[in-house]
Amino acid sequence: MSDKCLVIGEAREGTLRNVSFEAIAAAQKLQSDGEIIGVICGNTDLENQAKEMIYYGADRVITLKHENLEAYTSEGYGQALLKVIKDENPSGIVMGHTSVGKDLTPKLASKLDSGLVSDVVDLELDNGKAVFTRPIYSGKAFEKKIITSGLTFITIRPNNIPALERDESRSGGISTKEIDIAGIRTVIKDVIRKAAEGVDLSEANVIVAGGRGVKSEEGFKPLYELAEVLGGAVGASRGACDAEYCDYSLQIGQTGKVVTPDLYIAVGISGAIQHLAGMSNSKVIVAINKDPEANIFNIADYGIVGDLFEIIPLLIEEVKKIKQ
Amino acid sequence: MDIYVLLKRTFDTEEKINVSSGKIEDDGAEFIINPYDEYAVEEAINQRDVHGGEVTVVTVGEEESEKQLRTALAMGADKAVLINTEEDLDEGDQYTTSRILEAYFKDKEADLILAGNVAIDEASGQVGPRLAELLGISFITTITSLKIEDNNAFIEKDIEGDVEVVESSLPLLVTCQQGLNEPRYPSLPGIMKAKKKPLEELEIDDLDLDEDDIEAKTKTVEIFLPPEKEAGRVLEGDIGDQVEELVSLLKNNAKVL
Repeated sequence: MSDKCLVIGEAREGTLRNVSFEAIAAAQKLQSDGEIIGVICGNTDLENQAKEMIYYGADRVITLKHENLEAYTSEGYGQALLKVIKDENPSGIVMGHTSVGKDLTPKLASKLDSGLVSDVVDLELDNGKAVFTRPIYSGKAFEKKIITSGLTFITIRPNNIPALERDESRSGGISTKEIDIAGIRTVIKDVIRKAAEGVDLSEANVIVAGGRGVKSEEGFKPLYELAEVLGGAVGASRGACDAEYCDYSLQIGQTGKVVTPDLYIAVGISGAIQHLAGMSNSKVIVAINKDPEANIFNIADYGIVGDLFEIIPLLIEEVKKIKQ
Repeated sequence: MDIYVLLKRTFDTEEKINVSSGKIEDDGAEFIINPYDEYAVEEAINQRDVHGGEVTVVTVGEEESEKQLRTALAMGADKAVLINTEEDLDEGDQYTTSRILEAYFKDKEADLILAGNVAIDEASGQVGPRLAELLGISFITTITSLKIEDNNAFIEKDIEGDVEVVESSLPLLVTCQQGLNEPRYPSLPGIMKAKKKPLEELEIDDLDLDEDDIEAKTKTVEIFLPPEKEAGRVLEGDIGDQVEELVSLLKNNAKVL
């Protein structure tokens, strides 16, 4: 058996996402003696991205450049990566559990006749055998899984397995592989940017989330401002989405996104079990609600009872002070 | 148009999860159609109403899933299929389920297969894309809009909050994201009609599959609950002071600022 682990890198607007570096750390945990090979697809100069993967622990990097790889499609990336997997014959593959990762990895696993453990938040070796921890029921419970046959193929949830220290003195080979991509049936016509500028919810270190208590679309404005000064993203409860205060893409909960930021500020959110499932594993939770009996206070580390429209502007000013 | 929906029975989202002897306790729990699969059922019905044809809902699971299949029939699906694995399989994984579905679809000519983008219990999101790959058809995940003209599909897809506008062609498998539609509640006449609609029950033998062919590639070795989160501190005093104290706590104690 070969002792190679492939890490599929993922870039956004020309920069590798942090979860790609976390994936390298996961690969290293899986096989500290093995070779870690980064793979990057695109249609621009990928040299800098490849170097970053090496700084973060990859031993070498394969770049795949083709006009059909400019934007992600499962067909294009699938063909390109299958070629690399066939040539390298790795014993493991690691990728981020992102929009692209969720789309691509089941396709590859199916093609490779392989198992796939997705959304891994932790991994450990038990007598040399990898054991993966992943949330089920949106984090209301966890399961430990092992792979019983074939490839060790996993996706990891962003923000859970820390990346290795970036080290610019590390070096490694970067090679470009010629590939042929044909027979694409699915065409991307346009991408409409709707997500808030900057930080993506699933990767945000700080999330400011609003609920029904925010009362209107207008009411979310101060939340955006607070998120901005904190360098975070805005999320919402199902109630706020159903009431059309914000887009469903912001929804956090059992339906919606499951997030684990360092700091979660729940504003005007009562704390229905459905919502708690999506955020209760955040490291620090702050609740701001006018109802002292609100369920959210039962899981919050710090709570303030009061009018959010009074508290949020004060909070913005206070955070600005310490950020200066 | 021949439309199929992959449907899973799951715990109600309001259920609290308990674990006993290493398993999720399901005594007395309420079960529902996986919420994302409801979008798939609704969309399938809408597409059929526009283009004609038939909607078949398919579940791989246990006997009890019949209830959720009847609900889908009551919403307006035409036929249901329950592939009952209760007696033949101890534990399957996404590989197993997709191979069973592959065997089921082998002799079907599906134009469109819809599924939820993820099931809220195991949340792997694998079965849809895996099945499409096994059937050699295209797939598009997390769709929020679907229009079909002739043989072409015009789709909007959610990618972490942004919208990707995509074109593809049938046959096609799509997985449904919140925002695609508003699933209807079954009407009383719908519920009455559903009782008479065909519900076929199959076992893996009927699909010419052997247990060994579809043996899982992964295994759950432990299930546990996260540590109970204890209630923290509710601050007191003047609002201005509370905010100041909060920021200081976040910075100095919790060290998250």
